[in-house]
Amino acid sequence: MDKELRQYIDFYKSERDTISANSAEVLNAEREKSAEALGTMHVPSKGAENYHVTDIPSLLSPDYGINIKRISMPMDAATPFKCDVPNLNALLYYQCNDEFRTSDRDYSKQLPEGVIIGSLREIAESHKSIIEKYYNRIAPHDEVMPVLNTLLAQDGVVVYLPKNSVVSRPIQVVNVQSGGVPTMVSRRMLIIAEENAQAKIVLCDHSQSPDVAFLVNQVIEIHCGASSNIEIYDMEESSETTRRVSGIYARQQRDSQLTIDTITLLNGMSRNNVKVEVAEKGCNTLLYGIGIGREKGIVDNNTYIQHHAPHCQSSEQYKYLLDGESRGCFGGKIYVGPGADKVESYQSNNNIIASSEAKMYTKPQLEIYTDDVKCSHGATTGQLDENAMFYMQSRGIPAEKARQLLMQAFMEEVVERVNIDILRDRLKQLVGKRLSGEMALCGTCGAKCAKK
Amino acid sequence: MSKQEKELLKVTELRASIEGKEILNGINLTVNRGEVHAIMGPNGSGKSTLSSVLVGNPAYKVTGGSVNFHGLDLLSLPAETRSHEGLFLSFQYPVEIPGVSMMNFMRAAVNAKRKYFGEAAMSAGDFLKLMKEKREVVELDNKLASRSVNEGFSGGEKKRNEIFQMAVLEPQLSILDETDSGLDIDALRIVANGVNKLKSAENATIVITHYQRLLDYIKPDFVHVLYKGRIVMTGGPELALELEEKGYDWIKEKEDKESVK
Repeated sequence: MDKELRQYIDFYKSERDTISANSAEVLNAEREKSAEALGTMHVPSKGAENYHVTDIPSLLSPDYGINIKRISMPMDAATPFKCDVPNLNALLYYQCNDEFRTSDRDYSKQLPEGVIIGSLREIAESHKSIIEKYYNRIAPHDEVMPVLNTLLAQDGVVVYLPKNSVVSRPIQVVNVQSGGVPTMVSRRMLIIAEENAQAKIVLCDHSQSPDVAFLVNQVIEIHCGASSNIEIYDMEESSETTRRVSGIYARQQRDSQLTIDTITLLNGMSRNNVKVEVAEKGCNTLLYGIGIGREKGIVDNNTYIQHHAPHCQSSEQYKYLLDGESRGCFGGKIYVGPGADKVESYQSNNNIIASSEAKMYTKPQLEIYTDDVKCSHGATTGQLDENAMFYMQSRGIPAEKARQLLMQAFMEEVVERVNIDILRDRLKQLVGKRLSGEMALCGTCGAKCAKK
Repeated sequence: MSKQEKELLKVTELRASIEGKEILNGINLTVNRGEVHAIMGPNGSGKSTLSSVLVGNPAYKVTGGSVNFHGLDLLSLPAETRSHEGLFLSFQYPVEIPGVSMMNFMRAAVNAKRKYFGEAAMSAGDFLKLMKEKREVVELDNKLASRSVNEGFSGGEKKRNEIFQMAVLEPQLSILDETDSGLDIDALRIVANGVNKLKSAENATIVITHYQRLLDYIKPDFVHVLYKGRIVMTGGPELALELEEKGYDWIKEKEDKESVK
């Protein structure tokens, strides 16, 4: 057994009663086999394939506090968001660490019939048959971080969209890390979209305790029913002391469309895994990403699209801007299996290195087992255009401002992919703020603190 | 404006190189306010290098000489300060900047200059008014103004956009580098008209060109011939006509003969 994993398994064994007592039966039912599986696994070391910049062993080694007794942490919804908040008009929910919280507004009357949004722990009790059917069905059972999440997760968020339901307002979950000691947070989300269902989900990651070290281990499972359309915008603006491993695992049924946009504006270390299994024909998969690395920040996106069915399309576009001594990594694998004819799959990764110390690793990968496909991938890494820099300076624009305009322009293409107007405009502004060196606290949250 | 010195630019024994190769070999040139100077010369004579060095392109290394620009040691200033102080280059090849809108670009330029002179940033309303007024100088379409800088512009539109920027920034000395290249006759007239409208007794223009054509529209007071990095001949407008007729070979021969001596 790997020594990094031993402390978690031992912890679970000694605390399993407390963990289970403060969770739900469906979640508890997955724990024993997770503990067993972990006992046979190895933590990927830094430098191993697909782990060029992420050091999982060092993430797991510290002795974090884990809030298994579910002691309610103080969360001041307004404090972290002292910025002008536009009217996203979202259905707003919170997770404080890994504990689900509602805002002071009651949306139950505004949701389409049958739609359920709420605490995983509560809904796993009240709608046991639904959660039982979908929980831990897509997340990998042979990878350390998701299995560790299954071992320890006690609560989370459920978004259940029954057949034909359309939630037109964005669903926003504001994740706030809060606490006084180094804390490990096992965050879990389950999104179930039945046939024809539609929703846009905005996730915002923040830290309310910027001096405290957090390890956030997030797992999001998405079941995309036939002809459903789900958009996920996962924005991180946490803190330099936050380390996050996120796994978004999706399965698409026929004719469904799935968009996952991973945006890292401010962080310490982030490893974002996105794995989509395109199981049936006629699907469209869109993966986008923005990574802005500063100082010693690490942004590591790893994507894997598995095309098992014919007549599907997928498109990936990730852009990074690295400054300071930051590290960026992009691993993008596209698998087109036997029989997955007429698949069209495109991937691009473009990066700008804005300092002499920053580094980017990129690894596009295609694995194709059928003939009749159109696939392409491309990666570029370079510096800001010197001709454009000089042109701007010759018009009187100072070098620093010129750099900022060019960096913003570079990101524009991916920012434009955001399908929620207000979020897109806000993101433009946030990227601008971030690039100009202003600390960009989240502006997309609905906390309405601007009035204070 | 208080009474200004007549002399605007004085270039003395200017030498410059790129990647170790000497391009300018001692340029001497004085430009007074109210004057139009044409600099002509065969390909590779150093015309574009001269304009690049004057506006501070970091690709070139100044290896000697000095440039006085209305009392300032021009070569010691960063490119943006040269612009604020009234120097403008209309690029031979204007740069496309995808993703940066003309509006944001010009606003950044205008406000940087205002900041340099201790003035507050321009209000959005005043800025739009200024843009509209200056667009008319070169008949620049509003649609172009809302696009990314030079992106997808035709050759003529790019050059008109250069003169538009010149109109907005109101420089004291404008250098037009091969502004006529790639222009059809209509575009040439629009661009030249724009330049002529902006001319005054207070400012000056240096027109760099390979052909005489542009000088039919923008009348020079002086014509200089640049060859092998030096000004080898200076005359009035009639020199341009002579060059048009006889080409540059006679000058090359004359100079090459003298350098052998």
